[in-house]
Amino acid sequence: MTGFGDAFAAAFGLIARMDADLVEIVGLSLRVTLSATLCACLLGFPLGAILAVGRFPGRGVLTVLVNALMGLPPVVVGLVVYLMLSRAGPFGALGLLYTPTAMIVAQTILVTPIIAALARQTVADLDAEYHETLRSMGAGAGARMRTLLWDGRFALMTAALAGMGRALAEVGAVMIVGGNIDHVTRVMTTAIALETSRGELTLALGLGIVLMVLSLALNALVMGARLSGARMSHA
Amino acid sequence: MLRLVASNPSPGAVIRLEGVRLRRGGRDVLDGLDLAIPQQGITAIMGPNGAGKSLSLRVMAGLVRPDDGGVFHGLTDPQDIALVFQKPVLLRRTVRANLRHALAIYGVPRRERRKRLGELLDFGRLAAMADSPARALSGGEQQRVAMVRALAARPRLLLLDEPTASLDPQATDAIESLILDAAAFGTTVVLVTHDRGQATRLADHIRFLHKGTLTEAASADQFLLAPKSPEAQAYFAGKLLL
Repeated sequence: MTGFGDAFAAAFGLIARMDADLVEIVGLSLRVTLSATLCACLLGFPLGAILAVGRFPGRGVLTVLVNALMGLPPVVVGLVVYLMLSRAGPFGALGLLYTPTAMIVAQTILVTPIIAALARQTVADLDAEYHETLRSMGAGAGARMRTLLWDGRFALMTAALAGMGRALAEVGAVMIVGGNIDHVTRVMTTAIALETSRGELTLALGLGIVLMVLSLALNALVMGARLSGARMSHA
Repeated sequence: MLRLVASNPSPGAVIRLEGVRLRRGGRDVLDGLDLAIPQQGITAIMGPNGAGKSLSLRVMAGLVRPDDGGVFHGLTDPQDIALVFQKPVLLRRTVRANLRHALAIYGVPRRERRKRLGELLDFGRLAAMADSPARALSGGEQQRVAMVRALAARPRLLLLDEPTASLDPQATDAIESLILDAAAFGTTVVLVTHDRGQATRLADHIRFLHKGTLTEAASADQFLLAPKSPEAQAYFAGKLLL
């Protein structure tokens, strides 16, 4: 227990003096996670709206597929992206393997189905209420989707948050495509895994604490924005 | 054979339903309905609950496709027909943003929207609440926004499904003023109502439905003074059941 307590004290010390390695790792983690979440929102929101409002053959199959992909194992995504980006793969010439960009690509693939599936449900619920009104106004499918996405914006923030949580906590995919290279692709989760395996509990614990605090703070921030925004517009 | 035709209805009518049949829950809720709406003035559709009044409005608006029969009108632009529901569904935005959204949907060019928006807010006496969240307004105010939103399309035919059914007298008066203004601007108005007083105040023509068919078509003066059909007589005597 003394070792555990010492490790905790040292970890808080790292955080208190803003250790350079710790700051660098946290910064990269945030950059990768927020970029992946943004990309997934740009893809997932329209996809969810199309699945909710569109009427086309294969819509049911696509909906089941997106729902199923919510449970994608990160290591499988990492492996597939690795094969795509490796020198012999179709996108090997881009030279993206073991870069933060590759990590963003992998996390976007992981997170998009989560955001799309939750957005589909949000938009479908809203469409049940708006359907007749928007049709009576002569709104086409595109206008309906834009209207529903905007009016569901506060509920969609929760979908984005769920996606971000997944990206922030994920380790398998970024480990495979990023390679956990010091000062290049080392993020919080891969660093915790590495430091723990080496018995270096101080940095691992420090990062663990930062990860938890960041996750809580981001959730609180988005939920606060959601609640106050929803209250102001009675959404 | 179902015919949904954008073509001229009979002379003097803006829209005509011919032999419209609609089956729901194992019964014909519209049972070969023939209904012509006069081009001029306000037409009230009356009848007991379940007579098919609201459904006939939805058929006219193109929201419900009948199983059989024909819908004839010369209104080629979808925005020629506007519909206001008993319970308005406003967007989760301010009043101003609701109307701006409607103008965008109706294809009003961006540079004209600001001017039209001002006109609409004035017309509906909504300027004081323009920046309030639309869903925070009272029921009467929400219905006024819904009316103005429908009129933003400058429709030729305005369909109103019991727009004052759940409103107090003051809010009802405000909605009725808007209806009269719209009619004065040349919009044909079709109003579903149970309220004989409202029909007296607003309607030029009455169409009485019972069990999905038209049982009486008359001028409002004549009908409200002395309805001819036994169903309408029984309805006003409080004896007509579905």
